[in-house]
Amino acid sequence: MDFDLTDEQDLLRDVTREALTQTYDIETLLKVGDTELGWSREVWAQLADIGILGLGFDPEEAGQIELMVVLTELGRRLAPEPVAQAALIPGSVIAELGDDQQRALLDEVAAGQTLLALAHQEPGMRGLTTRVTTRAERQGDSWTVTGRKNPVLSGDCADVFIVSAALPEGQGERSDGSTAGVGLFVVAADAVSRSAFRTFDGQRAAQLNLESAAAQPLGAGGDATAGLLKALIRHQSALCAEAVGAMEEALRLTTDYLTSRKQFGVPLSKFQTLTQRAADMYVSLELARSMSFYAAMSIADGNFDPVIAARAKLQISRSGRHIAQDAIQLHGGIGVTAEYPVGHYAARLTAINQTLGSADDQLYTLVGGLGSYGTVSL
Amino acid sequence: MRLALSDEEAAFRDDLREFFTTQIPADIRERVREGRVRFPDDVVTAQRILNARGIAVPNWPVECGGRDWSPLQRQLWSDEMRLACVPEPLAFNASMVGPVIAAFGSKELKERFLPATANLDIWWCQGFSEPEAGSDLASVRTTAVRDGDSYVINGQKTWTTLGQYADWIFVLARTDPNAPKRQAGISFLLAEMSTPGITLRPIKLIDGGYEVNEVFFEDVRVPADQLVGEENSGWTYAKFLLSNERTGIARIGTTKVWLAQVKERAANTPTERGTLLDDPLFAARVAEAENELLALELTQLRVSGSEADGKPNPASSILKLKGSQLQQAVTELLVDVAGPDALPVDAGDDIGSPEWAQLAAPKYLNYRKVSIYGGTNEVQRNIIASTILGL
Repeated sequence: MDFDLTDEQDLLRDVTREALTQTYDIETLLKVGDTELGWSREVWAQLADIGILGLGFDPEEAGQIELMVVLTELGRRLAPEPVAQAALIPGSVIAELGDDQQRALLDEVAAGQTLLALAHQEPGMRGLTTRVTTRAERQGDSWTVTGRKNPVLSGDCADVFIVSAALPEGQGERSDGSTAGVGLFVVAADAVSRSAFRTFDGQRAAQLNLESAAAQPLGAGGDATAGLLKALIRHQSALCAEAVGAMEEALRLTTDYLTSRKQFGVPLSKFQTLTQRAADMYVSLELARSMSFYAAMSIADGNFDPVIAARAKLQISRSGRHIAQDAIQLHGGIGVTAEYPVGHYAARLTAINQTLGSADDQLYTLVGGLGSYGTVSL
Repeated sequence: MRLALSDEEAAFRDDLREFFTTQIPADIRERVREGRVRFPDDVVTAQRILNARGIAVPNWPVECGGRDWSPLQRQLWSDEMRLACVPEPLAFNASMVGPVIAAFGSKELKERFLPATANLDIWWCQGFSEPEAGSDLASVRTTAVRDGDSYVINGQKTWTTLGQYADWIFVLARTDPNAPKRQAGISFLLAEMSTPGITLRPIKLIDGGYEVNEVFFEDVRVPADQLVGEENSGWTYAKFLLSNERTGIARIGTTKVWLAQVKERAANTPTERGTLLDDPLFAARVAEAENELLALELTQLRVSGSEADGKPNPASSILKLKGSQLQQAVTELLVDVAGPDALPVDAGDDIGSPEWAQLAAPKYLNYRKVSIYGGTNEVQRNIIASTILGL
């Protein structure tokens, strides 16, 4: 058991932090957020240059720990570049399941030239579910997909989608035979109609309307439920890591403010009612960090366990809400202004809570297995 | 980063598990599990078995009988001991006065006290808090005045846990009332409880039990060679002791055992809609507690690995703070499982309310103490705010 990063991972963290710190202050962030794209192609190219956009495509070279390290830094700077959702997560699916031709796409992704999106979420879907209503149909050797996907993160800008769709009877059953399988398909952007929108935390997404959209099965085709679930678990861990960076910075901003802002002739840090609350925020942060480590370390061990993903996300949701709310409260009025960063961290943490399942959704997952073991263990 | 234990680490854990579950008498472990420990016998028996194996005080320096274990090994030792419901070595001996004597005591003091302390031939108690010195411990008023080869102690201590079984007491007393800083005038003295002038008065707690005491000192004459370290340096030793005490209060393994009991009893508690464990409102509370417990366990593993020079990481305040909150949350859950069966107390087995249910509410009330002792949770937050957050 070992909680230390390797020297290479330390370096990756420092390089990412350095690059983003030089790029993003709050003014730049607000300016970039106001563009149509909502993030910077320049920064994207820079991230590609330092090798971040292809992390993990070769599992021999990097894995979930590296992904975690990078996402925590993105979260810390609130960088809007969709590293996980437009590159690393859908890329990991292609890397694992794709055929040679599809995998060739990954070089373009890593170089920052092609954007991906995983189009899985559908209306009414909560948590890490793989059940979908979008249907795949086969005519001879060609496939189409029909359905509605929403919200699709980075769906506004993606060049290529990985779409999940229920397979027709007899075209790949789930390994447990419970239901028809879910296939994953590569769909080009020009085959879909999309309605792009902003999310409340300043990111971008879209609804995809798929009407017999031309689709190419990923790899050999057939049931891809297991691969899809792995991608969702990876993404959950990435979100947890990002949230930890955001929480850490929200707390840092808060303690800075408490020592610099004066009222009644003294710094706010003289008031125990405030410092005690800051201490509780620190406890929340460290518990969240531990669970983010847990999620990433489990994946790195090859253990893609939905229960561990739920455990991590539950803690991140609790800690994220606590830290976001108290970071604003301890700042006072400035905390709810758009010009000051802390409210934007709160928005991002709130959005993360609503992505891939809320705290309650995680609890449902955990409650299900509660009676199946005695003492809880790692 | 690696989550799994290495083969050596796993073998180390398995050895301990085997030892704890086969060498500590089953009836003692059962009494620990059910919250009916027999003091002092169960604690003494268990500690002597551990000491015979050389694992009663692994946190002490090797030359004093400790083990050259990594922080992870120490953690595994503590976790396995708690999961097996082995009475932990008496904290006043193993985590408090022992390490202080080992670190700051003279060679004579070490030889005289450490072997007996490790083997629980001496049962120690703590003379720190006073009626006017709670969280503000440095304001102790008990005095020790040097008179020839003795110190003469006068004053009053309180909250002395298990003092009724104690052979010796370690005392913080003011030796220099004129010191420029009040912390600078305090010394750390050892006194035999049978010394003339020491009297003990029990304090009954809200659960009806008796575990803490007031201790009165009236012209108590203590040989000067029972001073630990330097005169007027006691505050330094006390801070060292308190930070060790803090780390021990997380009790994650024990809380795990209790949570498993909560689940087992809830699964056997019928409601109008199935069992209590099937009730989503109740199950969600259990799941939340389990999750925080795992988060704290991981945090403890992280923090213990980062201790430098054997000094506890200030982040150990998290362990005390959250660990005590979780112990309280679980005792609360247990009362809620018991429901109306929690009302009878000491009613025996003639009625339908099982013994565990009769013990639930007293335990819940008793465990309000854990957020108070060892430095209140508010003090822990102050430590976090000042030491870690720079506030």
